[in-house]
Amino acid sequence: MEMPLPDAAILSRKAEIVARLLGVLPTDAVIHDPAETRAYECDALTAYRCAPLAAVLPRSTDEVAAVLRICHEMRVPVVPRGSGTSLAGGALPTADCVILGVARMNAVLETDYDNRFIRVQSGRTNLSVTGAVEADGFFYAPDPSSQLACAIAGNIAMNSGGAHCLKYGVTTNNLLGVTLVQMDGTIVTVGGPWLDAGGIDLLGVICGSEGQLGVVTEATLRILPKPEGARPVLVGFNSNEVAGTCVSDIIKAGILPVAIEFMDRPCIRATEAFAHAGYPDCEALLIIEVEGSPAEIDEQLARIKAIALTHDPVEFREAADEDQARRIWLGRKSAFGAMGQINDYMCLDGTIPVSSLPYVLRRIGEMGAECGLDVGNVFHAGDGNMHPLILFDANKPGDLERCEAFGADILKLCVEVGGCLTGEHGVGIEKRDLMSVQFAPADLEAQFRVKDVFDPAWLLNPAKVFPLEATASRRAG
Amino acid sequence: MRPASEAEVCDMVQAAGPLVIRGGGTRGIGRAVGQVLETSGLAGISLYEPGALTLVAQAGTPLAETEAILAGERQRLAFEVPDLRPLLGRGGVSTIGGVVAANASGPRRVQVGACRDALLGVRFVDGRGEVIKNGGRVMKNVTGYDLVKLLAGSHGALGVITEVSFKVQAMPEVETTLVGDLEEMAGLVALRAALRSPFDVSGAAYAEGRAMIRLEGLAGSVGYRRQALAAVLGGDWDVMEGAASADLWRRVRDVAAFADMAGAVWKLSVKPSDAAEIVASLAALEVQAIYDWGGGLVWLLVPQDDAGAVRVAVAAKGGHATLVRGLAGMTAAVFPPEPAGVAALTAGLRAQFDPRGILNAGIMG
Ligand SMILES: Cc1cc2nc3c(=O)[nH]c(=O)nc-3n(C[C@H](O)[C@H](O)[C@H](O)COP(=O)(O)OP(=O)(O)OC[C@H]3O[C@@H](n4cnc5c(N)ncnc54)[C@H](O)[C@@H]3O)c2cc1C
Repeated sequence: MEMPLPDAAILSRKAEIVARLLGVLPTDAVIHDPAETRAYECDALTAYRCAPLAAVLPRSTDEVAAVLRICHEMRVPVVPRGSGTSLAGGALPTADCVILGVARMNAVLETDYDNRFIRVQSGRTNLSVTGAVEADGFFYAPDPSSQLACAIAGNIAMNSGGAHCLKYGVTTNNLLGVTLVQMDGTIVTVGGPWLDAGGIDLLGVICGSEGQLGVVTEATLRILPKPEGARPVLVGFNSNEVAGTCVSDIIKAGILPVAIEFMDRPCIRATEAFAHAGYPDCEALLIIEVEGSPAEIDEQLARIKAIALTHDPVEFREAADEDQARRIWLGRKSAFGAMGQINDYMCLDGTIPVSSLPYVLRRIGEMGAECGLDVGNVFHAGDGNMHPLILFDANKPGDLERCEAFGADILKLCVEVGGCLTGEHGVGIEKRDLMSVQFAPADLEAQFRVKDVFDPAWLLNPAKVFPLEATASRRAG
Repeated sequence: MRPASEAEVCDMVQAAGPLVIRGGGTRGIGRAVGQVLETSGLAGISLYEPGALTLVAQAGTPLAETEAILAGERQRLAFEVPDLRPLLGRGGVSTIGGVVAANASGPRRVQVGACRDALLGVRFVDGRGEVIKNGGRVMKNVTGYDLVKLLAGSHGALGVITEVSFKVQAMPEVETTLVGDLEEMAGLVALRAALRSPFDVSGAAYAEGRAMIRLEGLAGSVGYRRQALAAVLGGDWDVMEGAASADLWRRVRDVAAFADMAGAVWKLSVKPSDAAEIVASLAALEVQAIYDWGGGLVWLLVPQDDAGAVRVAVAAKGGHATLVRGLAGMTAAVFPPEPAGVAALTAGLRAQFDPRGILNAGIMG
C-alpha cells in the first residue's frame, strides 16, 4: 500500500513544531523521541508501519483544540487515534504527521438512567462504557469483538458494529451527540440527549468519517436496559446454500435473534483443532442467539427449531445451561485466534446481500484454489457482513502481495453481487484503492466535498479512505 | 415540472432556476420558493427481498403502495410513518422520497430508531444536476462517508432524492397496549419507567389524559411482558389488543387530537424528563401537549403566535422546536435556530451540494 511521501519541509521543522506543542501541553503529553514515537507506528493492520513525527496525548477538549490550531497554522497533518485497534490502517501515521491520541480522555461525564444516556470522553473504551452502567442494569449495545481495548472515539470514526447489531444496530444508531473539534480548532457540539438533532444530520456524516472531519472528544450515547437473559443454539448443515436459506426463513418468520453467526468448514476445522469446542464437522454452522426471559427464549427457540428442522440439519444443539451456552460460543469466539495458529491471516469485511451467500462462498473457494491460499469464513449471517480470513505466510516473499490481491478480488466480488467493500472495519488505507470499484467519480467527489467543508486544507488523516491520486490536488492545497 | 426519469431530473436541475421539490406535497414544511419539481413520475419498487428484509423504491413511489407490498409479505417499514395530512390540512399522495426527505418517524422511534436508521441507500441529483449514489442495499456498510444519513431529513436542501433503499421489518404476531388514566406528571413518570425496563417497549406516549405503553412480538412473549411491566409500574392498567391498540397508536402517530383544533403546532425534541416542565412553563399561553417517545417528542398546540416564547422555553432546557403548522401571517422561522458552528457547517454543505442555491431555497434558514 502506497503512502504519500513525507513533506521534507515539515520534517525539517520538527523541533519548532514540538516546541509549539509543548507550549500548550504538559511535557508528558508530547512524545517526540524516536524511541518513543515508535509505539504509535501502527494499528492492528500491522503489516504497515511508520513512526509519526510526534504524538500528543491531550486531556481535554480545549487541549485538543490548542493542538489542532497549531498544526493547522503550521500545515502539519494530524492523525487521530483511539486505541489503535483499527484493522484497516485507519490510525496508521505518516512520517510528517502528529498523532493525536485521546486515550487519556476517558472520563464518564454524565449518566442519566431516566433519559437513558451516558456522556463520556471519547477515549473511554467500549467495554468500560457498559462497565459504568452495568451495575444499574444497563448496557451500551454496540459490542465489537475488540471491545476490551477499542475506544468510543474509534467506534464513532469507524461506525463499528458488533455481534449483537442485528437487533441493536451499529454505532450510528446508538449515538446521540458529539463534541467535535475541527482542524482549525473550532469546537462544535452536534446533537445531545434528545432524539433527532434537527436540521441537516451532521451527526450522521461525522459517524463513520474515519477521523477525517474532526476530532471527536466527547460523545452522548444511548444506553439500554439489559435483557433478562440470552441463550444460543447451534445448527449444523451439510450445505452452505441450505444454511443460507434457513437464515432467511428465520428472518422472514419475524423472529429477531440478537445474533446469527455463520462458520464454514475450513473455519470449523481450524477452531476445532484449536479450541475443541465439540463442533460437528459439517459444511456450514450457525450460532443463533435470542434474548428475553426464560419463557420468551423458549418460545423463540421453539420457532427457530421448527424452521431449522425443515432444512434437515446434521445437528441442532441446544444449551441446557450456562456452560453449554459458553461452549456453543467458544469456537466462534476463538475463530480468529485459531486461524492465527495456522498462519498469518488477513481478515476481510465485505458485506453481501444474504441471498448471494452460497454463490459468494463457492466463488471464494474457487478463487482461493486458483491462487493457492486457504481461506475460512466467519460471517454475521443475519446482515450479510462476511469476514473471510485468508491465510498467508508473512515470511515468504510475495505471499502478502498474493494475499492482498486475493482479498481485493473477494471485495470486488462483494460489490459485484450488490454489496460493499466494508461492513464495519472501515476503509482506512486497506480498501482505499478499491473505492472506485464501488463508487463512480461523482459519488467520490460528493464525499470529497464534505471533507472540503469540515477540513478545507485536508490536514486530518488525509491519506486514508480515498484513492490517493483522486485526492492529490486537494491534499496539496 | 414532472420528470419521468432520473436523467430528466438532471436535465431539469441543470437548466432550472430556484426549485421547490415536491413528493406528494403532504408533509413538506418550510417556505421554499421557486418552480415546482414533482417526483411522482419516478415510481416503482425496483427490488424487494423479504428474506433479506430489503426494499428498494423509486422516490416518487406512493407510501401507500410501498406499505401494501410489504404487508403482502407481513412486513412493514419499522419506523411507523406519520400521516400528517389531516393535521396540516393537505390532500395528496404521500411519496416514499418525501418520507425520507422529512425523516418522518413515528412512535416506534424509541425502539427501532428513525427513518434515517432504516435507510440503507440513496440516489439523488444534487444542485449541480449530477447523480450521486451512497450506501446500498445491504444492512452493514461503512464504505466511505455516510451521505445516506445526510440526505435523510435534508428537506430537499441537498438534492432531489430519486431512489431509496430500506431495511424493513417483519410484522409482529401480536400487539398490546397498556393504557392508564393518569395525571400528566404520573403518566410521564410511568412512560420513563417502562422504557427503563427490559421489556422492550415499542411505544410510550401520553395523550388525552392517558398513558399508553405498547408491546409487540410473539404472543407468549407479549403476554409475559405485559404482566411483568404492569407489576413493575403498579396501579391499574387497561389492556388494548390488536386493532384497538393499533388505532390508539395511529392517533398518536398522526397527532390526530390536534387536527381539528385551531392554533400553531410545534414539534419539540427534548430530554424526556424535561418535557413536562417545558410545557408547564408555557401554561399562560394555554398550550396543549401530546407526548410521544416517552416525552422526548412533544407535539404542542399553541393558540396564538408566541413563537418567541416557545423557542425560549425549549432553549432554557435544551432541545429543538420546529414549527410544523403555522398560523396565517406567522413569520417565525420554521426550523430551529442552530448554534454558530453547526450553522456554518450546514451552510457549507448546502453550498457544496447546491452551489447555485436553487434547491428549496429559503427552507431551513
Ligand atoms: C481482534 C479485533 C477484533 C475486532 N472486532 C471488531 C468487530 O467485531 N466489529 C468492528 O466493527 N470492528 C472490530 N475491530 C476493529 C476495531 O476494533 C474498530 O474499528 C474500533 O472501533 C477501532 O477503535 P480504536 O479506538 O482502536 O480506533 P483506532 O484504531 O485508534 O482508530 C480508528 C480510526 O478512528 C480514527 N479516530 C480515532 N480517534 C478519533 C477521534 N477522537 N476523533 C476522530 N477520529 C478518531 C482514527 O484516525 C482511525 O481512522 C476489531 C479489531 C481487532 C484487532
